[in-house]
Amino acid sequence: MTDPNRERYRIRETAFYLFTQQSLPACKPVLTPGWVITIFLFMGLIFIPVGLVTLRASHSVVEIVDRYDIECVPESSRIDKISYIQDDSIPKNCSRFMKVRKYMKAPINIYYQLDNYYQNHRRYVKSRSDKQLLHGRKYHDTSSCQPVELNNGQPIVPCGLIAWSLFNDSFTFIRERAELKVNRKNIAWKSDRDHKFGKNVHPFSFQNGTLIGGGKLYPKIPLSDQEDLIVWMRTSALPSFRKLYGRIEEDLDVDDVIVVNLMNNYNTYSFGGKKKLVLSTSSWLGGKNNFLGHACIIVGCSSLVLAIVFTLLHLKYRR
Amino acid sequence: MKRYVYINENESSHELYCDNRISNRKYTVLNFLPKNLWEQFSRFMNQYFLLIACLQLWSLITPVNPASTWGPLIFIFAVSASKEAWDDYNRYLSDKKANEKLVWVVRQGIRKHIQAQDIHVGNIVWLRENDEVPCDLVLIGTSDPQGLCYVETSALDGETDLKTRGIPATCMGIDFELLHKIKGVIECPNPDKDIRRFDANLRLFPPFIDNDVCPLTIKNTILQSCYLRNTEWACGVAVHTGNETKLGMSRGIPEPKLTAMDAMIDKLTGAIFVFQIVVVMVLGIAGNVWKDTEARKQWYVLYPLEGPWYELLVIPLRFELLCSIMIPISIKVSLDLVKSLYAKFIDWDSEMIDYETGIPSHATNTAISEDLGQVEYIMTDKTGTLTENRMIFRRCCINGVFYGNESGDALKLLNAVAGSSPDVIQFVTVMAICNTVIPIKSKTGAILYKAQSQDEDALVNAAAQLHMVYANKNANILEIRFNGSIIKYELLEILEFTSDRKRMSVVVKDCQNGKILLLSKGADEAILPYAYDGQQTRTFIEVVEQYAQLGLRTLCLAWRELKEDEYQEWSLMFKEASSTLVDREWRIAEVCQRLEHEFEVLGVTAIEDCLQDGVPETIETLRKAGINFWMLTGDKQNTAIQIALSCNFISPEPKGQLLLIDGKTEDEVCRSLERVLLTMRITSSEPKDVAFVVDGWALEIALKHYRKAFTELAILSRTAICCRVTPSQKAQLVELLKSCDYRTLAIGDGGNDVRMIQQADIGVGISGREGLQAARAADYSIGKFRFLKRLILVHGRYSYNRTAFLSQYSFYKSLVICFIQIFFSFISGVSGTSLFNSVSLMAYNVFYTSVPVLVSVLDKDLSEGTVMQHPQILFYCQAGRLLNPSTFAGWFGRSLFHAIIVFVITIHAYAYEKSEMEELSMVALSGCIWLQAFVVALETNSFTVLQHLAIWGNLVAFYVINWIISAIPASGMYTIMFRLCRQPSYWITMFLIVAAGMGPVLALKYLRYTYRPSKINTLQQAERMGGPILTLGNIEPQPRSIEKEVSPLSITQPKSRSPVYEPLLSDSPNSSRRSLGPGTPFDFFQLQSRLSSNYSRNCKDN
Repeated sequence: MTDPNRERYRIRETAFYLFTQQSLPACKPVLTPGWVITIFLFMGLIFIPVGLVTLRASHSVVEIVDRYDIECVPESSRIDKISYIQDDSIPKNCSRFMKVRKYMKAPINIYYQLDNYYQNHRRYVKSRSDKQLLHGRKYHDTSSCQPVELNNGQPIVPCGLIAWSLFNDSFTFIRERAELKVNRKNIAWKSDRDHKFGKNVHPFSFQNGTLIGGGKLYPKIPLSDQEDLIVWMRTSALPSFRKLYGRIEEDLDVDDVIVVNLMNNYNTYSFGGKKKLVLSTSSWLGGKNNFLGHACIIVGCSSLVLAIVFTLLHLKYRR
Repeated sequence: MKRYVYINENESSHELYCDNRISNRKYTVLNFLPKNLWEQFSRFMNQYFLLIACLQLWSLITPVNPASTWGPLIFIFAVSASKEAWDDYNRYLSDKKANEKLVWVVRQGIRKHIQAQDIHVGNIVWLRENDEVPCDLVLIGTSDPQGLCYVETSALDGETDLKTRGIPATCMGIDFELLHKIKGVIECPNPDKDIRRFDANLRLFPPFIDNDVCPLTIKNTILQSCYLRNTEWACGVAVHTGNETKLGMSRGIPEPKLTAMDAMIDKLTGAIFVFQIVVVMVLGIAGNVWKDTEARKQWYVLYPLEGPWYELLVIPLRFELLCSIMIPISIKVSLDLVKSLYAKFIDWDSEMIDYETGIPSHATNTAISEDLGQVEYIMTDKTGTLTENRMIFRRCCINGVFYGNESGDALKLLNAVAGSSPDVIQFVTVMAICNTVIPIKSKTGAILYKAQSQDEDALVNAAAQLHMVYANKNANILEIRFNGSIIKYELLEILEFTSDRKRMSVVVKDCQNGKILLLSKGADEAILPYAYDGQQTRTFIEVVEQYAQLGLRTLCLAWRELKEDEYQEWSLMFKEASSTLVDREWRIAEVCQRLEHEFEVLGVTAIEDCLQDGVPETIETLRKAGINFWMLTGDKQNTAIQIALSCNFISPEPKGQLLLIDGKTEDEVCRSLERVLLTMRITSSEPKDVAFVVDGWALEIALKHYRKAFTELAILSRTAICCRVTPSQKAQLVELLKSCDYRTLAIGDGGNDVRMIQQADIGVGISGREGLQAARAADYSIGKFRFLKRLILVHGRYSYNRTAFLSQYSFYKSLVICFIQIFFSFISGVSGTSLFNSVSLMAYNVFYTSVPVLVSVLDKDLSEGTVMQHPQILFYCQAGRLLNPSTFAGWFGRSLFHAIIVFVITIHAYAYEKSEMEELSMVALSGCIWLQAFVVALETNSFTVLQHLAIWGNLVAFYVINWIISAIPASGMYTIMFRLCRQPSYWITMFLIVAAGMGPVLALKYLRYTYRPSKINTLQQAERMGGPILTLGNIEPQPRSIEKEVSPLSITQPKSRSPVYEPLLSDSPNSSRRSLGPGTPFDFFQLQSRLSSNYSRNCKDN
């Protein structure tokens, strides 16, 4: 029963015509038990092995963590740690012993870890000037650096709270009387050194004010080579974070004892922060982190359980 | 309140009245920006966004770059402003074209060619054939010796027939040359928008003869935008110009309609706003406490000891800005976009093209498609809406003799007897000339009739086939060809049809013998009571009754011979009444009444108006879908009931029951109303179709005095027939149902339906034979009634489903990102740091998450065929099951869950040495994007190529865009995305987020789908697995049978005259309910359950 009139209005079945008629060919998936059970089974079969591999990688990482912020304060000063750390006349030298429990293959990353330190505080993260870091004093607008922007009317380079609070503990490592060579180069991202921090920008009037924050910088070295600063300026999103200090490029054997001589300069006592020194190898996944492995295994197992439950349900209620 | 127009006075009127410059523009170049901005900012959402954007300019509190809000805001404003500007520019162009058109106008006694915009009130304008009329004119001369001209008024009222317009009597015979110099005054009312009335007077100044006042009517005018046809030339005096013409005055901006869904979205937005304020207050207080207890100890943050006075406000305001994205800025744009697409789909739909006329369906109002899916009541006109409005003369009864009883076609039988009986001849003569039809000779010699009324058209055509051919109308001389001879009548007066008088008459003079005759036709109650004393009208009453029961439209024809002096005397009164300016219509009616009495009733004609194709099926399907039908018609009760029966509107006994509300006095109506109510309550629990019938008179009383009882009845009754109702009563009924919170749809085709159409939530116009008036006023215009089924079940339902998903999804995705920000604030010292950078935040809302969801306009949960077969499924839309606070709570919960998943996995997987800010934020953001893609995919029911492209393409686009940004050294994200993509842990994290986030959602959905399926799911399974649908059951709480029944009544085969239909109209509840016993104690309970079931429809079921 084709109406000739109808044909006249019928344009060829082009894709656009089908679109206008809302009748583009479509696939309509149905949540059949088969499909759903297969999906969960598949998820289980994928995630459990991935979790195991990830966990293995994480376990292969050898890590030595040493918290030194309390131990490095002399017994006599422990009641009032803040005045201890703020007193410049007291020497801040301190020695720690670290025992290697497992063979560590070079390169071994040296991190310092700060806990309860809010590098992500709004007042803190905002207080920097990326343009000044790149262009130096040629860039005048340092208003974003408040409250550490000017000193005697002169802009501070690098300005802002982040730079001002630069971490300034230092570490040296001794194994069997011989100093371990620590490579302090290439700890910052190359992209930062090349494109974010100026090669001709030298620190100016830094830490010269009435309030002294953290570490100082060598005025002669351009910012692009001040890698500690560059690392520090990559703010952390979490209140516990590790930052790279350097790399030991020798293997460490089991039962090696490493003496760490450190300068305990940085004040974490006033706000109850913790300082830790971390020596860690790395795997293809990065540092030691069991979370991914555990989470994958949990997800995989629950998927398998769901698949089984759904199968049983399906068998029971089939009719 | 009057204006005096001095003809040909060039200077005087210039200051008083505007010139003929038409302006439809809303803006000028200068005021565009302020006016448009003002309009846009009068909306709450926009004010909110502006406030947020302004707060962001304060760098102390803004968490992100102000551009992240200003960008989208300016974009949104620019889009809607440029749309307005473009529309306005087009209006300007069309105005300019009309304004600069050249017309002939008399200036200083000479005809000049000037631009249309320079016409002033009082100017004489000359028009030639096929010219468009530039302003409202009073005719003073035409090329026709009788002073007539023909105009096409379709641009004004949509009627396509030609109308005759004549010059006033006093201008008759003025010489062509003298027309240039004519002087006079026209006393006319101030401009109004009534295109059917023009009550004015004309007085010509000497030397132009008499000083008499000559009445003017709409018949003496030609209005702006009409076309002059079949007339060589015409000239007229401009009385209304520019925007003050009748066309200009009737142009109005209709108030925007708000859909139930928009209202719900606004409500949810309000709820989210409140939630946001609470979150901001809590976090603000927490932030200030944390600042004082912890942050002061943190030397590296360097809080000053003494802050400024506003210090306490800073943190709450920061959180306000951080949480401002909870209300998605994109939802407005997305909704506008998809809504216009829904409208386009309606325009495009090739199954809704009327193939007879080639008229496609059209959505004039693009914003209310979702409401179509939520319709609960349909108010429908009868003639032209349910029926074809193509009249065929079927039967007649002349002097007690029936014609056309068996075969149904009276023409053949009449043919046989024509010529013999004077009664029959008289009858056919009335059929031929008692009308306002204009015969037009076509080139082939055949005579075409241009009629405004379909009934008249049918009668004249029938008369022509009975050899009484109405051949020509030459001014006032009517020529009738009868059996080879030509009979001439002089037309003296036309007493026009009005819906109050319900009859029309002509006074003619037989040119052969000079007799003056009054010929009338009209409704039975407007003719039969006025028969002369001796005439027995009982037969006619019975005949009318019988025809009406067959669903035929009846007209009574009558005539009377007038005496010369009686006519003369009356004629003077009529002339006087015609020239009054106040209450002219009423005065004329009164005068007409004096002539129209003592009729000799000749007989009754019966005209059949066929049902449109597919009307019964459409009504049945829509009733199954839970939509209640009310028929509002101006027709007679019996006709209406018969039509209602034949189109499944009501069921015949014993399934159906009709209750009648009638009465002429308050008491009667009250009693009848209460009786009906009682019956309704008793039967509301039974699977029985109960309908009530009410006529206009009783309705008037009921609405005035018993509004409460009538409202209750309206709620109880699924079907109602209101007959003999006026246009304003139709509108009142719509308003009544609207006030009970029902979604109403009004459908009609004629000018008398316009008010009802405009009043209803959704107005649907049928572009039918009665012109386009209804279609123009309506939100949707369709060619045939049967398209209503598709309009509601397919377009309305899909639109509702799609918008429900789209709007909730928009909130969901904004909430996800917002919750992550809130969680992050707990590990960033409650200081209001934003985890995400400005670019990401902006792109997330405007781009990454908007594009995939837009293609959900192609999503179909069920195929069209399935919906048509199981219209009950519409209940989900009607009851708002897919968008209500509880479904929204589901989405809210999902967003909370997904935010927790993304946040927890991200901060643990990227702990310690990997916890760099930019990296962590990108990990969290990509986690969100991955989840979004899978959420959209899971919620999509049918995947077309476009959907795949949008969902997965968007995911790819996310990476491409971020790679590009990561390649720019100046951006904060430099190298970040490349670094991440090289890390295996990044990819493992992504898959973990997707699995952990979607696994439970999928599992829940599957469980519900398989073990507690909604009716939609059941149908989906059946449709896609090809299995049978076991039981769909009754979705609605109200029990209702859906199986089709065979109607024992058929209107084409009439029962004998004995009233078989009587039991159908049982107005006493006890007679039919005797078996149950009187006074069921459950009356009230049942009523309550029905009421409460209505109110509890919003409960969630999916």
